[in-house]
Amino acid sequence: MPAERDDLINPRLLRTDQARMLLEQAAAGTLSPELNLASLQSLIDGLCELTQRDAQTGLANRAHFMAVLHREIDRVARSGQLALLLRVEIDAFHRVRDAAGQARADALLGLVARRLADRVRPMDTVARTVGDGFAILLPDCELHFGRLVAERLRVSLNGLPFDWPAGVEPGLSVGGAFAPQWIRSSALLWMERADQQLYRARSEGGNRVRLEEQLLGPVSSEERDLLFGAMDAQPADMRGAGLGLRMAGR
Amino acid sequence: MAGREFIPSSFPQQHGQAVVLAVTSGKGGVGKTVVSANLAAALAAQGQRVLVLDADLGLANLDVLLNLYSRATLHDVFTGKATVEQAVIQVADGFDALLAGSGMVEYSRLTTEVRERFHQTLQSLIPSYDVVILDTGAGISDVVLYAIGLADEVLVVATPEPTSLTDAYATIKVLAGQQNRQNLLVAVNQAGKPGDGAMVVAQLQRVLDRFVNGAGTDVRLFEVGEVSFDPLVRESVQRRHLLVSHAPQAPAARGIALMARRLMALLHDTPAQGAGGSRPRTP
Repeated sequence: MPAERDDLINPRLLRTDQARMLLEQAAAGTLSPELNLASLQSLIDGLCELTQRDAQTGLANRAHFMAVLHREIDRVARSGQLALLLRVEIDAFHRVRDAAGQARADALLGLVARRLADRVRPMDTVARTVGDGFAILLPDCELHFGRLVAERLRVSLNGLPFDWPAGVEPGLSVGGAFAPQWIRSSALLWMERADQQLYRARSEGGNRVRLEEQLLGPVSSEERDLLFGAMDAQPADMRGAGLGLRMAGR
Repeated sequence: MAGREFIPSSFPQQHGQAVVLAVTSGKGGVGKTVVSANLAAALAAQGQRVLVLDADLGLANLDVLLNLYSRATLHDVFTGKATVEQAVIQVADGFDALLAGSGMVEYSRLTTEVRERFHQTLQSLIPSYDVVILDTGAGISDVVLYAIGLADEVLVVATPEPTSLTDAYATIKVLAGQQNRQNLLVAVNQAGKPGDGAMVVAQLQRVLDRFVNGAGTDVRLFEVGEVSFDPLVRESVQRRHLLVSHAPQAPAARGIALMARRLMALLHDTPAQGAGGSRPRTP
């Protein structure tokens, strides 16, 4: 809520009981005249946004991320654009927690979260889904770009201002899977496929990127052109007109 | 269609078991359930023992199409409230049906438990029929892929619409890539004129040959028929009658009857020895 930070109410600092009291006052018409409807709307918007955030890191939380994933599946099914789902885990996080304590481990989570968020586009969604697990959705992400971003995320711990316990090598494992283009898959299946790649990265020693090699069911523009009979090499009787294809919207 | 002959994945004559045929489409609304139900009636009319299993676990509509009500559904079988025998109902058109039931929405996300129950249910039904038709949901979800994975053969229903063709092609690519399907049956619904079916299949095959086949992959499509665009189809759906039973002389009904004959001819072709067409039914 960048625009609301200078307002009279900062949702990030507001407690639930205070928020409820303000809303009750608004309903009763006893609200301070300094708090107008716009302020209240900002408050509600801010509270809504807070429900989508992970309290520890400020990233999107799992529930919000799954909602974003569902929307992206619908979009990919319709548009055919490539979209990449990455799963990221901090290697040896449990050893950090055991050696340095929960507070330091939490601090590490915050640092890694900021690094991840800084290294993707504003349109991408970065979430903390569980423990030291992060998920990143990159819409409209071509194969080569996806590989670059995944590698950029892997090395994002370089120079991190964190005092790693002795014997712990900093590293991130990254696994990823593209959404099957033109196909309405399920968020759960997509997550499973990305997870399989993450497990692969970890089982091969960690601190590496593994992306699903085979894209599921991509239909390229060349394939569509040939499918619809638009290519010159095609015999006349095989062209779209011969099939009575309606090409509106292409 | 150049290329090799159809190699059935199943050996019904040898095993005395049903051929499990998954009917799928990619895009919804292409008449997949209409084709499934009418095909079942047409096969039954040719003496086959047929069961249609509503495998559209999330959004089943076979019961709506057939005007059926069942005291027990697949949901009841899954939850132990009914046996498979209690849930199977006889349809007046000569085949049996096992409805998913509205409670199946909760199974639209595939869990290991659902997979096992689905597999067990199917296995228990196979010995009693010649053909089991799995009417799958639209799109390629994990539920759809799983149901198709249980089938011996796959029939892809498409219409000569760009969106349907794209979805059918994407479905075929996924099935070739994920399940190593080399032989796929295609039926073209709502064909505008005779011959549209063969042209659509040739078009799909052409793109497969250029972009998918090669380097050990040889996906072949086999047209089992076309169903002409026929206003009587819509009328039969509205009246909740099956076209092949109530208007067998309608062009679309004749197309489906021909499709049933072609299908049986393809499925009962004795495969060449060592052709490698057999594929075990595993979840």
